[in-house]
Amino acid sequence: MSRAALPLAKEEDLLGPGTAPATAKRVRSFARAYAGAFVLILLLLIGWELAVRLGNVPEYLLPAPSQIVADLRTDWVVLGPALWATLGEVLIGFVIAAAIGIGLAVVLHLFSPLRRAIYPILIGSQTIPVVVLAPILVILFGYGILPKLVIVALICFFPIVVNGLDGLRSVDEDFIAVMYTLYAGRWAIFRRVEFPGALPSIFSGMRIAATFASIGAVFGEWSGSNAGLGFVMLEATPNLLTARIFAAILLLTVISLTLFGLVSLVERIAVPWAPRRRPS
Amino acid sequence: MPAELSTDGAGQQGTTSDPGIGIRLIGVRKSFGDIVALRGIDFEIQRHSRIGIVGPSGGGKSTLLHIVAGLMEPDVGVVDVEGATAAKERLTRCAMMPQRDLLLPWRTALDNAIIALENQGVGRSTARARTRPYFERFGLARFENVRPAELSGGMRQRVSFMRTLVAEKDVLLLDEPFGALDSITRAHMQEWLLRALGEVPRTVLLVTHDVEEALLLSKIVVVLSARPGRVVRTLAAGFPTIASRREIVTSREFVQLKEQALEAIG
Repeated sequence: MSRAALPLAKEEDLLGPGTAPATAKRVRSFARAYAGAFVLILLLLIGWELAVRLGNVPEYLLPAPSQIVADLRTDWVVLGPALWATLGEVLIGFVIAAAIGIGLAVVLHLFSPLRRAIYPILIGSQTIPVVVLAPILVILFGYGILPKLVIVALICFFPIVVNGLDGLRSVDEDFIAVMYTLYAGRWAIFRRVEFPGALPSIFSGMRIAATFASIGAVFGEWSGSNAGLGFVMLEATPNLLTARIFAAILLLTVISLTLFGLVSLVERIAVPWAPRRRPS
Repeated sequence: MPAELSTDGAGQQGTTSDPGIGIRLIGVRKSFGDIVALRGIDFEIQRHSRIGIVGPSGGGKSTLLHIVAGLMEPDVGVVDVEGATAAKERLTRCAMMPQRDLLLPWRTALDNAIIALENQGVGRSTARARTRPYFERFGLARFENVRPAELSGGMRQRVSFMRTLVAEKDVLLLDEPFGALDSITRAHMQEWLLRALGEVPRTVLLVTHDVEEALLLSKIVVVLSARPGRVVRTLAAGFPTIASRREIVTSREFVQLKEQALEAIG
């Protein structure tokens, strides 16, 4: 009886996440982690607002934060559809990149001759700034959504492949040795050990990619388009509608943050066992 | 008292009939490049007996284990595991339990334990049903659906051992199985392991740097030298598994054997 009591003593630890106190704790630690950044941004915005107002800076040179927010409302007729257009390019392009990126990482991992042939080329290809390819893609694919998807996918795909490959290769060799003594074949090791073990790495690649995606979409739009936030910015520039440009930038960051948040959310669901990164 | 703790423990179990060869190595040699890891390794144990390999770290103990398991072939020599001499066949007879528990962190304790069954193509629910009874026996009841991160070190090691047993292989290769545990937990786990092996007889090869552990858990203890590893001493241990640990480790015979082993290691 006393022997059984030893392991069971740990049971209260098992309540873990999901209980009310744990949630409250998470909210508190979240607040503590980001309070500093929040205050700093607030101070910068106030400083910006005051500088513009007190210095009588004309709106076409530098609009105050309040003017940008006001413009967001008045120009929503233009900005709203542009937001949806760009959001579509970013999301679809990202999904294509994730599918191809993870797929290629798996293929290269399972066929090492292929990896040795392709991996150096993949790394080398990153010396080409992908955004400069945008005009060529417009020539190839026209003014529609396709060249934007290609450019977003090209930008996002690289960190996903590299992180995915790293994750797949970083599995402990002892793990694999033990699995071989437990009737595992190559496929079982991939399915039950390597792939699940690589998921945190794959998701960190996707989080990096999420922050690049909107850059790709905007460059695609700048190279030739008739919709999207990049197109709105191009149109606003010669007309000195500076507040509208800033509003478009604001919406772009919203897109990036949303995508980042979505990836993190999916990660939480798909990889619930991963050690939580403490907000730094 | 010490008289009762004589080395005849090995004889008692093998009396029913000749159990055949468990593990036999003849003239095994293995080198990696210029480094000779093992040289002239010979030993033999019967089926369902237990052998302990001790020696200084870096003496090729783990290499020896991998060779027996069939994860690699020796450069020279014969390895026979219950009649299997080819690496592939040895692999089908051996299950290995590593020093670190190496449980899959995304699987619950139960799903970790069933992995050998899943690898054999058994469906998940069948595998779970077959494995559940082990949890009661291992003192892990109600921890089936807990992930390894939430288990203590001793519990994780028990799940790891369970995973090895569920594979239902006749030969267990234990690589420093309790090396990562504190000494109190380790003592508990050693007693527990002996009890567990009493219920399901297996051929056991135990690699450890802890001479006391080797003497307690095995019937024969082979002392390896520093690299290149070769057999410098073979000791008959085989203390009765029912006696209390303290009685054994303080007995004159045990102390003598321990001294001999330590002397052989140098």
